[in-house]
Amino acid sequence: MGFLKIDEIHHTYFSKSSATTALSNISLEVEEGEFISFLGPSGCGKTTLLSIIAGLLKPTEGKVTLENQTLEKAHHQIGYMLQQDYLFPWKTIEENILLGLRLNNLLTREKKQATIALLKQIGLEGVEKQYPSQLSGGMRQRAALVRTLATEPKLLLLDEPFSALDYQTKLRLEDLVSNTLKSFGKTAILVTHDIGEAIAMSDRIYLFSPRPGQIYQTFTIPEQLRALTPFHARNHEKYPEIFQKIWKELEQIEPEQ
Amino acid sequence: MNLNNKTELLHKKYIQSLKRENRWVRFYQLVIFVVFFAGWELFSQKQWIDPLIFSAPSKVWSLFINKVIDGSLFMDLGYTLTETVFGFILGTLLGTILAAILWWSPFLSKVLDPYLVILNSMPKVALGPILIVALGPSMTSIIAMGAIISVIITTIVVYTSFREVDANYLKVLQTFGANRFQSFKEAILPASFPTIISTLKVNVGLSWVGVIVGEFLVSQRGLGYLIIYGFQVFNFTLVLLSLLVIAVFATIMYQLVELLEKKLIKHN
Repeated sequence: MGFLKIDEIHHTYFSKSSATTALSNISLEVEEGEFISFLGPSGCGKTTLLSIIAGLLKPTEGKVTLENQTLEKAHHQIGYMLQQDYLFPWKTIEENILLGLRLNNLLTREKKQATIALLKQIGLEGVEKQYPSQLSGGMRQRAALVRTLATEPKLLLLDEPFSALDYQTKLRLEDLVSNTLKSFGKTAILVTHDIGEAIAMSDRIYLFSPRPGQIYQTFTIPEQLRALTPFHARNHEKYPEIFQKIWKELEQIEPEQ
Repeated sequence: MNLNNKTELLHKKYIQSLKRENRWVRFYQLVIFVVFFAGWELFSQKQWIDPLIFSAPSKVWSLFINKVIDGSLFMDLGYTLTETVFGFILGTLLGTILAAILWWSPFLSKVLDPYLVILNSMPKVALGPILIVALGPSMTSIIAMGAIISVIITTIVVYTSFREVDANYLKVLQTFGANRFQSFKEAILPASFPTIISTLKVNVGLSWVGVIVGEFLVSQRGLGYLIIYGFQVFNFTLVLLSLLVIAVFATIMYQLVELLEKKLIKHN
């Protein structure tokens, strides 16, 4: 009875000179409300898998179902956040955050009010009429989060959304995203190469090995850490222990040259 | 408090220095203008340059007054201006539409690629005689001339800019389930506005070239006709007058495009 089922995914990229297998034999299940991380070195196919789950890429083999529906039908139930905010610079913040609703003809007065309220809730008040260039990096990524949440997706895909931010902003946003998602009971998958981030935010971590991308190991984060906000989880006594464990596994996957 | 006052004072000084620089720029621009026309007049009066070929500002001016009084200048200007504006709009619009079609169908763009290169490298004014015979020695063929000269280069430049739009903007739209038309409208087109505006600026100049050449060939009316007529009867005052009028109106068109740019690109 999985919420999201990923079943025997294989994916191969073709070019004129080669065929590169990016993903091989990936199967996993995610329950509703869980926060999952895909961790691994670059080239392990994390982002490819995320694109497949988002329905942006058709896998060579295998299938993905969300609540037992294939992805074609589940389209607007998935929200995707990229490494950078990718707010449209020629649209105001308001136009940006309402974009998803407008494209799907779901823009009603109530939804609009709810989205603007969400903007306030996330700490961005009075910026509706401003353009993205007038906001700082952290504010823009927060606006991008509101844009993603506006369509009320059941599943959130986060593709290294904090990697382009400075450390302080990143820690703050981790807390904000984690709290926001928890309060809405959203299911989320985070792609990252930051071990600390994965431990602090997730319920479960899938460690990927590269060439071809495979699930190398699964780590379940203990209950004590899950209950804490990411910032406090980083200070918990169990945190360094798990960090060391994952670090060792990563060393196994990619020994120092 | 003291510090605040100091900052304010420095800011005032800064603004003043900006204004001063601006005034000097304007001053030298005026100097160049005055020196050019005064020098032209002087050289012509003293016969240091051949007054038959180079005329003189005073002669151009009196011809201008004459032609304004009898109204013939406005008639010719009206024809040329109408043709240029239509040629310009048509060329840019067609070019952009063609670029959109190429973006829509990557297969078609691969097929048409060599033909675009050939059409672009061909001197379009050489098509003039064919156009005139095909469409008749009328305004239509001159407008076609003004359009044809800019349409291919517009297509190529705008299509390139369509393709260079960051793929991640499209990814954002696709995750919202946007179709290809929505992607075009929300991301591709607005992201390319700066490029489209700069091709507009180039096309202002190009469509004047096309229209003037067209009028050379048709030789019935318009500023291009005045130039070719003045050349044939050795009335270079008329040629120079037409040139100056063209310069003024081409500049006005350019300024209008800049105004459009400010309207269209509101952010940053």
